[in-house]
Order: sequence, then structure tokens, then C-alpha cells
Amino acid sequence: MRHTVAMTALLAGLASAGAAMAQTEINVLRVTVNDEQEAYYEQIAEAFEAEHEGVNVTFEYIANEAYKSKLPTLLQSDARPDIFYSWGGQTLVEQAEAGFLQPIDSMLSESFIETIPEAGLTAYSVDGTLYGLPLYATEVIFWTNKALTDQAGIDLDGIKSWEDFLGAVQTLKDAGITPIVVGGQDKWPVHFYWSYLALREGGKDIISQAMSGEDGGFENEAFVAAGEDFQELVALEPFQPGYMGTTYETASGMFADGAGAFHLMGDWDYLPMRERSSSGEGLPDDQLAIVNFPAISDPVAEGGEAATLGGINGWAVSNSAAPEAVEFLAYMLSAENQREGARQQLFIPIVKGTGDALENPFYAQVSKDIEDSSYHQIFLDQFLGASVGATVNDISADLAQGAITPEEAAAQVQEAWSFR
Amino acid sequence: MATAAASRRLPASERLRRSLGNGRISAILILLPPALILFTLFVILPLGESGYYSFFNWNGYGAPSDFVGLENYQRIAGHSVFHKAVGNTVKIVAISLLIQMPLALLLALMIFRKTPTNAVFRLIFFLPYILAEVAAGLIWSFVFDGNYGVTATIAQSMGVDSFFILADRDWAFVAVMTVIVWKYFGFHMMIYIAALQSVPEDLIEAGRIEGAKRLQIVRYVQIPHIKPAIIVSAFFAIIGALQVFDVIIPLTNGGPSNQTHTIVTYLYTFGLTRLNIGFGSAVGVILFVAAITVAVFYQRFFMKGDKA
Repeated sequence: MRHTVAMTALLAGLASAGAAMAQTEINVLRVTVNDEQEAYYEQIAEAFEAEHEGVNVTFEYIANEAYKSKLPTLLQSDARPDIFYSWGGQTLVEQAEAGFLQPIDSMLSESFIETIPEAGLTAYSVDGTLYGLPLYATEVIFWTNKALTDQAGIDLDGIKSWEDFLGAVQTLKDAGITPIVVGGQDKWPVHFYWSYLALREGGKDIISQAMSGEDGGFENEAFVAAGEDFQELVALEPFQPGYMGTTYETASGMFADGAGAFHLMGDWDYLPMRERSSSGEGLPDDQLAIVNFPAISDPVAEGGEAATLGGINGWAVSNSAAPEAVEFLAYMLSAENQREGARQQLFIPIVKGTGDALENPFYAQVSKDIEDSSYHQIFLDQFLGASVGATVNDISADLAQGAITPEEAAAQVQEAWSFR
Repeated sequence: MATAAASRRLPASERLRRSLGNGRISAILILLPPALILFTLFVILPLGESGYYSFFNWNGYGAPSDFVGLENYQRIAGHSVFHKAVGNTVKIVAISLLIQMPLALLLALMIFRKTPTNAVFRLIFFLPYILAEVAAGLIWSFVFDGNYGVTATIAQSMGVDSFFILADRDWAFVAVMTVIVWKYFGFHMMIYIAALQSVPEDLIEAGRIEGAKRLQIVRYVQIPHIKPAIIVSAFFAIIGALQVFDVIIPLTNGGPSNQTHTIVTYLYTFGLTRLNIGFGSAVGVILFVAAITVAVFYQRFFMKGDKA
């Protein structure tokens, strides 16, 4: 008993000593990551603390869905984080409009800002004011099981247009192979199809045009055409049986187990799909390939074939953050730290000229895709905000089951957008 | 009479002191405030707030400012998924009353007597109810899984193609209802068992001597005696059906394509996760009105007999 009391006193003493030394607290809130990434951030925090006396950086993690639902409340409380993880898009706009974010343009050096690509800065700006910084970019591509496509005799390089892709799906079906796995229960994996097809049909600016209400908004011909294209695919019954009851995690494991030839998913699935496979090994690298989302040969509007879909994930700075927090943010995104993240295969770095640290051929390819992209569209379910985004997910899932027509799908998105 | 007259002549302070002394007022003063404060703080106040928020288009950031009048309610009224959710909730009420309760009664009649074997069965039948809802939902989602679950094994052993009931727009809700019946019949069974045990044995004995058959004893002796218990259990079944939520989220999450929502999962999905707090509040108000209406009507028409 006495022992415990002594220990408590000692700990309390230590704690108060610690508090006395660190005058500035920087709280960073992030969606839960794996152990390697946690170690990576811990290392950066320690290095920064060593250089800046009196600064204490704390990382806190909350699981994905809980993070999204807790954040609005957290931001309105005194416990709000200084820096928090963000997907950009409409959510960031809403946070900025509600006054929870802090403009950081003037707090960053010109030379630092120049290292961030334009698309990354745009993603974290609202009306030309910068409220955060991007950390990494992701791209949605077809992960492809080469063993299966070879078995069916498909030339992957020949898949350029949507018709080519539909042809490949039919060939796989004829060969008795499940062409595509998809995590239909989660809906967002299905929304990749509709989003990509809309970009291909309507050109790279179709989403921003629709958001400003031009040419019928989301009821524009291009969105209807995207729904029709998707239904052409669905008509071939390309997905695994029971795909609407499959989650993303299960689908990812199924693909790694060789249950299907294609999986339209982000590059981030490279390591997780292995962990989710029944062997824990997944497919060997030489059996794996990346196929970019095909073009539409006769689109409604030109200019969408070189656009990419993915994420630009990063950090937003809250209005309570001290200048040191912005300094830490810039430090975290220094070329050196970005290169280290790339070297450890944690993410595809966004800072210019750090992509060369990517040793993994798949990551290198995605990094190049994003660099060559004419426009990197952020996931619609993030870009359009929580409500409209979820509607896009809903209609995509409904289209995948033939429950609604392409016209109804477009109308539902427009309705959600006008009442957001 | 004399004391009343005496107390009237006493000064007010003295009267207060006396009533404090006899414990009535002090009991009220001590016991009422905590309950009143808690109830106001956590029931009345949020109720009023959601009523207020339901008139705004509000995403939860900052203070609500975009007043839209009744537009949230209009959108709910015209939303096909809400219609589906109400339909599903009604279906749950129906199966609770028509399948779950008769099943519970049947089992209760079989095992209400206190014997060691019956105790074992009671425990087994009651187990699903003890299990946490989320755990039950997850377990059943594995059972229904057509790739790796029990369903897959059964399909394989019968040599037919595996089926995916939770992914089927028409059948997913049947699966959900099965789980709900499985989860809650034990609760109703326990209510009936307790009631059946209090039916005087000599009444049953007398019936038997008069030549009543087993079914007749059930029909004319036991059921009339446990009628209050049945009424209460039906009340729980209806209110419970209005609140079904945590079984569905892990099982189907409202899918496929929003076919298996109840009113509460609808509120959660379209109000909370999509940050349409104003819209969600409007759904909450509708749910509250529905629950209150059911409760009041039920009390008035069915539970009157209780007092007699």
C-alpha cells in the first residue's frame, strides 16, 4: 500500500515536471493506422521535439467510421485537435465555413509551398485560402490477377476502351473465371465505377460543372451515360456470387486468394490484401498487375480519358493551433520525411521529387499515373460531402443490382446535392 | 379533525418543521430532484432540441442557421427508403406478435414447471437474449455467409449452389426477422414462465378432475390467468420492434440497397452518418410521436384491465 502511494507521488511529480517543461502542446488526431505508420509518426514527433524545446507533440488515433462521426463534436469542444486527418473535399469546405479551421498561407515559407503540387494545394484550399496540407495521394486502379487473365488468354495491354474491358469480362466468364470481385455491402467500392465512368463520359471538369449547376448539374447526360455504361457491365454478371453481402475487406482477401481476375480498388490495398488472404501471403508480385480504368470510345464530352480518381489525403489545421503546430506540419511534410515514408512503403508521397524513393514497382507506377494525370478527382463520396457522397454510394449499389435506372440514379444525386 | 384544526393555528414555519419531521416533504425534497434533473437534462431537453433542429438544414458544424421549415419532414415523407423502413418496422411488429409470442408461449407451457431438465432448457432458450445484440448480429452474419459460413457448408453438403440471403434484396429482411425472433423469444418466454408458475395448481387439478383435456386447460385456465403477462409482453414486443437497431447494423447495415432499414437504422444512416443532423432530428421526432402514440393507445385499450 505504502509502495503504491510512493509510486503515485513519484508519477505525479514526474507528470508535473513534464508539464512544466513543455509549454506548447501539439495534438494531432489521425484515423487509426498500422504499427509501422504509428512508429513513423512517433519518430517524426520525437525528432521535432528534440529540435524544439518546450514543444510536446501527441498523436491520437480513432478508427475510421468513429473518426468521421466524432469529429464535428470534437471540433466544437475544448478538446479539439490542433492538426487532424482530412480527406479534403466538401467536408473541409464545411469545416472552413463553420470557422473551425485556420488559414495557414502566411505561416508557410514560399520555398516550402513550392514543393507541394498544385492539385494538392487546391485540395486543401477553400476559396483560395489554404487550411491544411496534403500528405499522400492514392489512385483507384484495377488490381489484376495475371495468372487468371493469362489462363483466359487476355492481353492486358489491349484493354484500352470500355468495350475492350467488357470483352475481357466476357472472355473470363466463358473461361469459367469470376471476372471481378467487389465489396458491394460497403457500397463505396461500387461507387468507383460510377465515378470513373462519369469522368470518362463527361470530361475532367464534369464534377465541378455539376456542382456549380451547369448543364443540368448531376442530371447531365454524362452521368446518365455513366449509369448506362455501368449497367452494360452489370448485365454480364461479372461479380462474385453474393457480392452485395461482401464487405471491402472480404473482397480484398478474396482477390488475394485468386477468387477473381479484377478488383477495382485503391493502390493502398497492396499490403492489406495480403494480410486478408487466407494464406496471409496473397498473390506474388509477378502474378499481380495494374490496369488503368479504360477510356470511353464515344464519350458525351471529350477530355476525360487522362483523368484519375483517388484521394489526396492530408491534414487540416484547426483554429486553436499554435504557430508551432503549423511548423510541425511543414516539418512532417518535409521532403526528407516524405521520402522516408515512401522508402518504408507507407504511402505514395505527394511532395515533388520524392516519388523516386518508391522501390515498389506498383507504387512507382501509381505515382507516375498521378503525376501524368490531367485532373486528379478526389473520391466522390468524400468530395461531395458526407450526405451527397453517401447518396452516390447508394445509387451505385442500386445500379449494380439493377434496382434503379441510370436516369433515376442521376436524379437522386442531383436531389441530394440541391438539398445539402 | 382536532389535529387539523390545531395545525391550522400553528405558524407556517412550525407547520413546515412538522411535515419535515414526518418525512413526507423531506422525502420529496431529497428524492425528487435527482430524478427530475436527470430526466429533464437527458430526456426532455434533448427532445426539445431535436424538435428545434428538425426545422433546420444543419450538418452539425457550428450553430444551425439554415431554417427550412417543414422541408425535412416533407423529404422524409417522400423518401422511398423511409417508406421501406416503416414497412419493415411494421413487419417486425407483426412477426413479434404472430410468431415470436406464440412460440414463446408454447415453449413456456412446455417447460414452466420447476424441474432440473426444464431449468436446463430454460437456460438454453434464454441464452440468445443474454447475448449482446451486436455479437448476435455478427454471429448470424457468419451463419448466413454463402462463401465460408454455415450456409455454405449446408449448400455444399446438399450439392446445390451456395446462396447469399443477406445480399438478396427480397430475402435479406426475412433473414433479419429470423434473427430477431431467435434473439427475443426467450425474453417473452421468461415472462410467461413466471406468470404460469403463479397459476394456482389446484385450479388445474380441478379442471383435470372435471375431465378437461390438456388443450382445454391451457385455453380456459392457464391463458386467462396469464393474460396480464401477455399484454405486458406484447407491449414490450411492439416498443422493442420500434427500436430495433443493433441487430441490423452488423447483419446487413440496412442493405442491400437500403432494403432492410428500420426506422432507427434509417435515422442513424441518413441522419447521423451523413451528418444531416436536422434531417435526423426530424426522423427522431417522428419516431418519438409514433412510440408515444402506440404507448398511449395501448395503455388505454389493453392495459386498463390491469387495475381491475
